[in-house]
Amino acid sequence: MKRHAHKHPGMLLLAAMLALASTTTRAAARDDLLAGYAAAAKTADPGFAGFSAVRGEAFHRQSFAGGKADTPACTSCHAKDPRTSGQTPAGKAIDPVALSASPGRYADPTKVEKWFKRNCQDVLGRQCTAQEKGDWLSFMISQ
Amino acid sequence: MTLPYRPISLGLLAIAFSALVFQRAQAGGSHYFPPVSDPVVKEECGSCHLAFPPSMLPASSWKRMMGELTNHFGDDASVDPASAQHITNYLVSNAGDTGGRSYSDKLLRGTSPSKAPLRITELERWVKEHREVPAWEWQHKEVRSKANCLACHAGAERGYYDD
Repeated sequence: MKRHAHKHPGMLLLAAMLALASTTTRAAARDDLLAGYAAAAKTADPGFAGFSAVRGEAFHRQSFAGGKADTPACTSCHAKDPRTSGQTPAGKAIDPVALSASPGRYADPTKVEKWFKRNCQDVLGRQCTAQEKGDWLSFMISQ
Repeated sequence: MTLPYRPISLGLLAIAFSALVFQRAQAGGSHYFPPVSDPVVKEECGSCHLAFPPSMLPASSWKRMMGELTNHFGDDASVDPASAQHITNYLVSNAGDTGGRSYSDKLLRGTSPSKAPLRITELERWVKEHREVPAWEWQHKEVRSKANCLACHAGAERGYYDD
């Protein structure tokens, strides 16, 4: 019994440290991703003055005409309130896109790019600009 | 000392019987289709819809589907070449007429692999099994699509499609 009692706090501490380490790694990965988009936005527009969560929110809710008829907006599949779950056209639930509700999101740049590529094509009928991606991500990270 | 033969033989009989039943349940005598276990396949084929069990279609169907991912039922679902090869290998080797044969027995009855059907929901047997589902249920906002097995089959992610 005594040995277990000793072992337990140690394990807890270790678990806490690992959790903290992975949270930090994920945050760093998200910062790198945003920095990459910022650099690209600056190249595209020398007047680029940073991302805006407010613009990102408007973008999230905006309806576009260039994409598929059944998915005119991000909110066609993702919920209007990004902290709640969405649903794909095939009926599968999509985890919330707000970082506070899905803390694991946006830490894998390949995955983020994969979904921007697919979803921007479906919703806007074109690829999103670095500015649009950064704004949208800033909104989700702020939520 | 004499052995209690009767209880022992009865016990053995019971074990044999349950083993048989269990095996049938495992082999999905009816409605069990082993779920996708490969993480890449689960991720790439299970984001928009349930990752359908490979034993629900013949290998020819999976090959055809993986060959036309840029128009996957109207969506561009293409993946990088390495993932595509990995996914194709998994689907083909566990398909309903290869590794998953014992599970697909009934579902693929009446289906010709040479036709390489793409929609599970158009298999003769699938249509028959779902003939009593009324149109309004398919259109329900929680269902949305015939591809949404989980809306009605609560055990679908674990491979069970009985209820």
